[in-house]
Amino acid sequence: MLKIVVCVKAVPDQSIADKLKIDPVTKSLPRLDIPLVINSLDSHALEAALQLKEKYGAHITILCMGPPPAGNIVRECLALGADKGILLTDPAFAGADAFATAYTLAKAVEKIGPVDVIFCGMASSDGATEWVGPEMAAFLSIPVVTMVREIVKDQGDEWIVNADYEHGYRRVKLKLPAVITVTRDLNQPKSLSFSGILNARSKEIVEWNREKLDIPAERVGLKGSPTYVTEMAHLESRREVEILEGSLEEKVERLVQILSDAGVV
Amino acid sequence: MIDFTFTEEQELFRKAARKFAETKIAPHVPVMEKTNRGWDEVVRALAEAEMFAITIPKEHGGLGMGYVARLIALEEIARVSVATAMMYQVFGLGIEAFIKSGTEEQKKKYLPRLATGERLATVAVTEPSGGSDPKGCRTKYKKVNGTYVLNGRKCFITNSHTADVQVILAVDEDNPDSLTTLIVEKGMEGFKPTHEEHKVGMRGCNTGEIEMKNVVVPSENVIGGEGKGLKVAMAAISDVGRGGMVGCALGLQQACLEASVKFSNERILYGKPISNLQAIQFKIAEMKIDLEAGRLLGYRAAAMQDKGERSGNEFAVAKYYTTEAVQKAAKMAVDIHGGYGCMEEFPVTRYLRDSFVLGPSAGTSDIMKVIISRWALS
Repeated sequence: MLKIVVCVKAVPDQSIADKLKIDPVTKSLPRLDIPLVINSLDSHALEAALQLKEKYGAHITILCMGPPPAGNIVRECLALGADKGILLTDPAFAGADAFATAYTLAKAVEKIGPVDVIFCGMASSDGATEWVGPEMAAFLSIPVVTMVREIVKDQGDEWIVNADYEHGYRRVKLKLPAVITVTRDLNQPKSLSFSGILNARSKEIVEWNREKLDIPAERVGLKGSPTYVTEMAHLESRREVEILEGSLEEKVERLVQILSDAGVV
Repeated sequence: MIDFTFTEEQELFRKAARKFAETKIAPHVPVMEKTNRGWDEVVRALAEAEMFAITIPKEHGGLGMGYVARLIALEEIARVSVATAMMYQVFGLGIEAFIKSGTEEQKKKYLPRLATGERLATVAVTEPSGGSDPKGCRTKYKKVNGTYVLNGRKCFITNSHTADVQVILAVDEDNPDSLTTLIVEKGMEGFKPTHEEHKVGMRGCNTGEIEMKNVVVPSENVIGGEGKGLKVAMAAISDVGRGGMVGCALGLQQACLEASVKFSNERILYGKPISNLQAIQFKIAEMKIDLEAGRLLGYRAAAMQDKGERSGNEFAVAKYYTTEAVQKAAKMAVDIHGGYGCMEEFPVTRYLRDSFVLGPSAGTSDIMKVIISRWALS
């Protein structure tokens, strides 16, 4: 049976993006008091795992690093069909950049034991670095293919995938175990079902902290992050309006002047 | 200490129900509004989403999720389409007659297929002679050789034309004090849906009349026992019927509030959004207060129902409160929209029309007050 890990991130609900407040000290979005949802691309990663489970049988473990409320997201993944959930939660993990996050996730994968494939969404809707998947693969010393839009061959330990590449795609053969980051073109995620929610009652979610993972404090969170955000601000789009007055010729003259000043003509 | 929070699982139910309503029901609303039909598609969607299985026990093919879960689902569906929520809640009413009053054989025969939506149920009580006075029922049956020959007419029946199985209240021709509920199925000779109603609101919700002409009903189709028909019908209506109306009203109130907040934040008058004006703020506050209060009343009654406690009185209070509140909310929502509130492209016009139909359904507000006063005076 395939052993699959799906990395899922709990991200702020984009529908309330205009209400989000940035922490002025950590330059990050505090996640404790805002509604969290599954990172959209991670839903596609989970769906890829679920389709493999339906075809061949698989055990799917959800791996999620986040504050305690992120446990709801893990529960949701179990309701969608995953088998077990692991929430990596510890105040020490806060403020982690992609490097520290990937390291923590990789240590968790090592603790889980041998896996065949690790699925991740290509990027998160908040950080959007696209680095976590490749960095995880590096820490685990296994291959990675990013931006996978189609899995062409998925049997045995040599798979073939199509991955986005500039204006086309490249076809890649990879040997498992491997990390695969996915795009939304890969599949259409299924919706939650009531029976799935009920089935999730019997599924396990465990919490692992830094100590459980046996990681030194300086390798996680803000301390373990070689990069940090120096500034985060809301982008405000403003429109200036000028209503052109006068005769047609005067309006045209004024318009040409505006465009010339803007460097357009 | 009372815990007023939903469980994590209930929050997931809500999330699933909301997504279902927004993706599977909402696209059909314009057609339902325009044509007063289109119910087949939404009924199919309800079945695929396991909505009919929510209150049916697991041993009979259901999910056994209970009545709080049902109320959550209704609220989310009604937020998008009260017409769909109304049909759904009355299907649930039909199912309840079997759950509460069916024999084991009847449960085994009907509930599994009701759970999947393969068959649909409803309850038919109201007649042209009155709905608030079910004892004044004129649909009659005569016992002939162990069968029940049924004659009569019912009106204002939700799902009249879509239900395969109808639980019909009728009076014994030879004993006017004896009322019995009989299971009548589509295809039985002499039974047919007739006139379809065009309501001011809830367009696309199938409502109509049914006619019984010498329908021969076998004795195994008596539900709840001969002479116990009023008890069977009212047991289903008082909890599930009224509870369903609460769900419809809460969802519609939420929709009114959301539309009002959105419009008032976008509409600029005197250089600022009208949400800055106290007159608008007070209307929105009233809507919010009524919604929060209605939720507490409704979910308390549903929680009692889940515990197996009698909840008819509590649902009467919740039904009265929420259906009155939603009519107020819809009017306020239209007022907030000003002239735009009269234009059909704005959903608040539909909300206002839908709100009117909630009041008299499953018992008028005056009947609710009769029930509540009896409770208070007892």
